[in-house]
Amino acid sequence: MSTPDRSNKENSATQSSSGSFWNDPDKRSLVFQVLLVLGLAAVFLYIINNTLTNLEQRGITTGFAFLDVEAGFGILQSLIPYTETDSYGRTFLVGLLNTILVSVLGIIAATFLGFFLGVGRLSKNWLISKVCTVYIEIFRNIPLLLQIFFWYYAVLRTLPSPRQSIEFLGSFLNIRGLYMPELVGTGGFNVVWIAFFAGLVATWLMKRWADKRHDDTGQEFPTLYAGLGLILGLPFIVFLIMGMPLTVEHPELKGFNFVGGMVLIPELMALWFALTIYTAAFIAEIVRGGILSVPGGQLEAASALGLPRGKTLRFIILPQALRVIIPPLTSQYLNLTKNSSLATAIGYPDLVSVFAGTTLNQTGQAIEVIFMTMAVYLTLSILTSIFMNWYNSRKALIER
Amino acid sequence: MMKTSLITAAILSVSFAGHALAEGTLDAVKARGIVQCGVTTGLAGFSNPDEKGNWEGLDVDVCRAVAAAALGDAKKVKYIPLTAKERFTALQSGEIDILSRNTTWTQTRDTQLGLNFAGVNYYDGQGFMVSKKLGVSSAKELDGAAFCIQAGTTTELNLASYFRQHGMSFSPVVFDTSDQTAKGFDAGRCDVLTSDQSQLYAIRIKLEKPDDALVLPEVISKEPLGPVVRQGDDQWFNVVKWSYNAMLNAEELGITSANADEMMKSNNPEVRGFLGLEGPKGAGLELNDDWAYQIVKQVGNYGESFENNVGMNSPLKISRGLNALWVNGGLQYAPPMR
Repeated sequence: MSTPDRSNKENSATQSSSGSFWNDPDKRSLVFQVLLVLGLAAVFLYIINNTLTNLEQRGITTGFAFLDVEAGFGILQSLIPYTETDSYGRTFLVGLLNTILVSVLGIIAATFLGFFLGVGRLSKNWLISKVCTVYIEIFRNIPLLLQIFFWYYAVLRTLPSPRQSIEFLGSFLNIRGLYMPELVGTGGFNVVWIAFFAGLVATWLMKRWADKRHDDTGQEFPTLYAGLGLILGLPFIVFLIMGMPLTVEHPELKGFNFVGGMVLIPELMALWFALTIYTAAFIAEIVRGGILSVPGGQLEAASALGLPRGKTLRFIILPQALRVIIPPLTSQYLNLTKNSSLATAIGYPDLVSVFAGTTLNQTGQAIEVIFMTMAVYLTLSILTSIFMNWYNSRKALIER
Repeated sequence: MMKTSLITAAILSVSFAGHALAEGTLDAVKARGIVQCGVTTGLAGFSNPDEKGNWEGLDVDVCRAVAAAALGDAKKVKYIPLTAKERFTALQSGEIDILSRNTTWTQTRDTQLGLNFAGVNYYDGQGFMVSKKLGVSSAKELDGAAFCIQAGTTTELNLASYFRQHGMSFSPVVFDTSDQTAKGFDAGRCDVLTSDQSQLYAIRIKLEKPDDALVLPEVISKEPLGPVVRQGDDQWFNVVKWSYNAMLNAEELGITSANADEMMKSNNPEVRGFLGLEGPKGAGLELNDDWAYQIVKQVGNYGESFENNVGMNSPLKISRGLNALWVNGGLQYAPPMR
């Protein structure tokens, strides 16, 4: 749609003298662009009008009124309180949160695993580098859906029934999921949170002060240990002062299954594993590429200056590698989020399974439901992109 | 992903389909020379491909009957396997002409989805299947159990209301196909598999150890299953409705695929009317006069279809029960063909 500006300018200078409207490329291209926009608008109007006419002709109810109707079906896992008497609109929220949950868990785990694998593949240790290579080549070449099925059915079958649960650290692992003790904060626990956030802010301020002092005087300050002390130590001291306001709720076998505590359902575990393991293989290659993109001369220069290895990595290699890593990493995050919709294959109640599946079928409002679902994935992707672009612009080489 | 793209494609076709609807489905079917029939992805006894890949079953026979009536050849059917989630969109968008896929007739589906139910070819109810190891004998003892269910079915709703009514809790594990629910049940992911009772029997014979599974006596819902067509095409609606009625009437009149030719010589006016020798014939349906003869000759009557697919001549061994003819104390009753 864009016009080649460069040639236009030259041409318009020579040809506009002929006076004819059609001989002026600038005006001509403007006309064509207006025509194109009008044409597109007409096509969209036609589609919308045609859809509405067809829907009415076939007696299919339209509109978003269905969102207030009682849903009447159960959902396996919900981050917000949900019962069968809640509305279809609520099922949308439940599905959305489940999608976000598995995406965020997957992104965090895949990033860590991917970085280790990427660095590992570059390791001088023959065994480590080969193990990483084999891992990457296996897992990025097997279709994700098969991996999800593998983790779900293969692993599910090896787990015992609730009565023969594997017990460790007060947790129980069986075919219904991983049942863990839940920490429930009682009165005064909020103060611990306040201390935690205060620690975060204090660390940030301290880092700024330490950087400035380093710039001015060249003196080092152990930011890492001081920061850890502030972020973890401060809340812990407050926790002790407040008289340990925390109780542990243990899962107990009752009837068919465990009751109480926290539960990680096998569908979530399988999906999380599969997404992490699959995406980590791609991230590893991106990390490897990023590190290799830093010229060897930089390393040599760093060692010539006498910088220790850790500092070389932190101040020389990573900042330059990140510039190369971040843009493709963003794509992987987006892929992971969208791939999470494969959840429907193993019954994890994500947005596609709950809302674009059951809700769509019970209400029959295909167009509205699919529209909302697509809008969600678009929004999630755009938000991730915006965040990563912001991060990228901070890390990018600032050219002066 | 695949599912979503199918639904999206269906939506696009709703958006772009111009005046395809102006032409009736019957004319379209005749011009095409084939009936497009939506079936399950595989459910023994109802719609399931045999080892040669030919579809067979009680629901499949309805499609074959429609093809025999409309085109004179029961083989002229294209079967399109659909999951429960996809089925209505496929019908609404015109991808299929008839949905014969053990679909429950409910008010919402009949009035809000732009669909019409053309009859009830199987009276069913929702039941529970458990492993014998659990030692459970009644659904009332299932408080807190995990249930394997198929997505997009009335089953999901019935289960929730049954447990709410009895003040019990449950956790639903929702799969896309009935095969996956069976796998989940086999793996022990859930204590109970719940579905229409007919399906429970069909799923049970596919389990690793069918004898370890027990179908509980409780039936918690009414599930009248039947063929579905698009709303607003009365002519096609009539063809499907009467194709099925013809199968019921044939059984009542004692006409079978074996004796149909012989019955041509019958003096009974009802039989002669059925076979198109007198009476209303095919004019009102815009079909050939021998439409009902073709159905019973090529597909058989309802009783034959039932016994061969789900009844005593099949591995499912389901008794007629509610699905016996009204003269035998069941609910199957067709209006007369006169």
